Amino acid sequence: MRELKILGVVIFFTALVYIGVEPFAHSQMHPKVAPADFMFKDLKTNNKIGNAAKGAENFMNAGCIGCHGLKSQGMPNPMDDATASASFGVISPDLSSAGLIYESNFLMALIKDPTKALKVEHKFNESKFHPMTKFYGLGGDIDQEIADIVAYLKSIAPKSLTNSEVFEDACQRCHDMKYANQFSKSDFTLLTKYMGSTAPDLSMMIRSKGKGYLETFINDPQKQLEGTGMPRVGLTKDAQAQVIAFIETTGDRKKAERESLGPKVIGFMFIFTILAYLWKIKIWRELD
Amino acid sequence: MAEITKANGIGDWFDQRLATKKLAKVMMTEYWIPKNINFLWAMGVVLVVLFKILIVTGIFLLMYYKPDVNSAFDSVNYTIMQEVEYGWLWRHMHGVAASMVFLVIYIHMFAGIYYGSYKKGREMIWLTGMAIFGLFSAEAFSGYMLPWGQMSYWAAQVITNLFGGIPLIGDGLVIWIRGDYTVADATLTRFFMLHVFLLPLAIILLIAVHFYSLRVPHVNNQDGEDLDFDKESKKYLDGKKKESKVVPFWPIFLAKDFFVVGIAMIVFFYLTFYHFNFAMDPINFEPANAMKTPAHIYPEWYFLWSYEVLRGFFFDIAGISAMDIGLAAFGFANVAFMLIPFLDRDPSVKPAHKRPYFKIWFWILLIDMVVLTVYGKLPPLGINTYIGFVAALTFLVLFAALPFITKKDAGGAK
Amino acid sequence: MTVKQSRRDFLGMAFSGVAAVGGVISLGAMKRTWDPLPSVEAAGFTIADLSPLQNGELMTTQWRGKPIFILKKSASIKKNESRDVVVDDASYTVIIALCTHLGCIPTWAPSSQQFKCACHGGEFDASGINTFGPPPSPMVIPPFKIDGMRLVLGEEGPEYKKLVAKG
Repeated sequence: MRELKILGVVIFFTALVYIGVEPFAHSQMHPKVAPADFMFKDLKTNNKIGNAAKGAENFMNAGCIGCHGLKSQGMPNPMDDATASASFGVISPDLSSAGLIYESNFLMALIKDPTKALKVEHKFNESKFHPMTKFYGLGGDIDQEIADIVAYLKSIAPKSLTNSEVFEDACQRCHDMKYANQFSKSDFTLLTKYMGSTAPDLSMMIRSKGKGYLETFINDPQKQLEGTGMPRVGLTKDAQAQVIAFIETTGDRKKAERESLGPKVIGFMFIFTILAYLWKIKIWRELD
Repeated sequence: MAEITKANGIGDWFDQRLATKKLAKVMMTEYWIPKNINFLWAMGVVLVVLFKILIVTGIFLLMYYKPDVNSAFDSVNYTIMQEVEYGWLWRHMHGVAASMVFLVIYIHMFAGIYYGSYKKGREMIWLTGMAIFGLFSAEAFSGYMLPWGQMSYWAAQVITNLFGGIPLIGDGLVIWIRGDYTVADATLTRFFMLHVFLLPLAIILLIAVHFYSLRVPHVNNQDGEDLDFDKESKKYLDGKKKESKVVPFWPIFLAKDFFVVGIAMIVFFYLTFYHFNFAMDPINFEPANAMKTPAHIYPEWYFLWSYEVLRGFFFDIAGISAMDIGLAAFGFANVAFMLIPFLDRDPSVKPAHKRPYFKIWFWILLIDMVVLTVYGKLPPLGINTYIGFVAALTFLVLFAALPFITKKDAGGAK
Repeated sequence: MTVKQSRRDFLGMAFSGVAAVGGVISLGAMKRTWDPLPSVEAAGFTIADLSPLQNGELMTTQWRGKPIFILKKSASIKKNESRDVVVDDASYTVIIALCTHLGCIPTWAPSSQQFKCACHGGEFDASGINTFGPPPSPMVIPPFKIDGMRLVLGEEGPEYKKLVAKG
């Protein structure tokens, strides 16, 4: 039948254009990257079993409290936000939830060599120091001491956090989330200078980057955006899923409504089309 | 003055004052369309439906949109997308309908080329149609600027810069169009005016002229057959409906169109709800930043072919700079389709499959357009630039060759 | 009869002439409405401090809403007398960082010492001169005045006028 043949031609060329400008072009512009690695295999693992009680002592003695707070343990950040911003460019993190949201292997590597674990060695070196200094040990087995500290952080971490709280602890020292009314406490100008570029507001990230991109990006920013100043965040798989869920509910909060309305409208159009077809058949019967 | 008598009903009351019965005959029940047509003849009505969707959804977006560089992005992405009830729906429908309008325009246009519906008295239909295409392009471009995202900003930057290529007045013209040295608040506000008022008004007027220009030469049919509409319509009115080669616009022609519209709407709503990224580029969900060009910058898909003609010429030829060649080719590409009725030297109206040389020309043109569109989006690196160059050159050569090809067809027919 | 005819001709021509003049004048007014506003034209000056720049380092600033690149040339980058801004014996490339093709911002590639434009593949050398692709001319040097180690963009100093004369 001629009409079907014509329809076939129309669909063929439309599909050709679509495949060319969407999936094909985007595969050329954004080459595929390896999936997120939540074990952080590029970092040396530390198999020592940590002791939380010892870790608490180490935490005090190693000087962590010079910059970090543990609000849940009644230790607020030693510096107020303005001072921290002025001295480091960014406020220093409170570690109350670190044991929950960050992967332990990552935490241990971070304490030992911050720039390496964070993958910001291209930005910081001997002449330009990263605000967090390496932990050189307290005299004993350094790996054991680190394992103890991490065990301590895990022992005091809350059992669970809301999506917005994970975001606050993991992302909000630099990034704003304007559409959720959450703002970074770091000074914007100083932060921009420290990072080398502005840390963007993340309100619409779910639409501008999409879920797939965020999943590999947060886990290792260099993979998608070589040379970026953003450090590797080191979140566990669950914590990252919570962050992405938060970004999604903020930037695309009508998603559920959209997806439930879709079938109804399309279903209506199906009924419309079937009736239109029957009416057409009836009307044209006296002509053909 | 006509004699007004006591009306025997509301219909009669209006008829005595507005001649509604006559009007209905002229516009609907005795507006004759050939019977020998296929679904491609329904694209016009599909376009009308899509244009109505654009107007209605646009009205609701207009209630909350703020044409100001500081609030435009948030008014769209927060107020409309997240706060206003069904604001997201209007925006998605508006964006997807804009993209789909161009798809259907292209189908409409290529059907016109295939069946030779642009000549022998139908030139004005073709010219007004192409003018509507031009206005829709301006409408799409000005609308794309309004959300003030990265693509909005950089598309505006690049496209307004095109006018800088005009000799002598170019640089001044660019600043004049923008109202600033760079794309800025003044630019956004004036393009907002164009998008919501001046261009839609011009489009509506041109659509009226387009429809009117159909009335004298009548709609073409699948075989390009020259029908005697007076004779055929008389047959129809005399009850010889099967024998007659024409049908009235209402209800016969529209009955078929409604079915096609139904299918088009199923596709449209599927795209609106589940597959909208092609029409609402993700990069445009980043706020405009004058200090950072996005890594990949490209226009919406329906502009890609002419964009590729523009950038296909990437090296100087005979002392003429690459930019000038590209601009000249781009300028030509935008009027090329308007010239078709005058480049076609074959006086007979026939579908392409009955014109041996034109048939080949048609399919090469279509494939070349697809190649230009796809390579218009790919990054201009390595082999891509050369394929783009060849495709752009092919486009120009095709139009230059059209008079000779059609002449040959005309000669062969004798 | 003939007199009447010509008078009508004359009146008709005078009338349409006056109407046309009015139309042209109002078009002129409409054209002026689209011009940049005085506040936009007067949009101030930008002051750039050159002292913290390292050799080979690129600095970005903004003038009249346009991005400006300031590159301090290291020894390995070729100097260009007719384009370099010389401050305190060091040569700088100072350019409006918009590709002269269609106005995208090129990026500085330190490895090849080039400015590359991602939009249409244009390339410029370290002095901002177009070397490949569609850009028709070198990137524009904004008007500047040297004030110690500071550069005042938007003001035409003697060094700027000298460069313009050379170019």
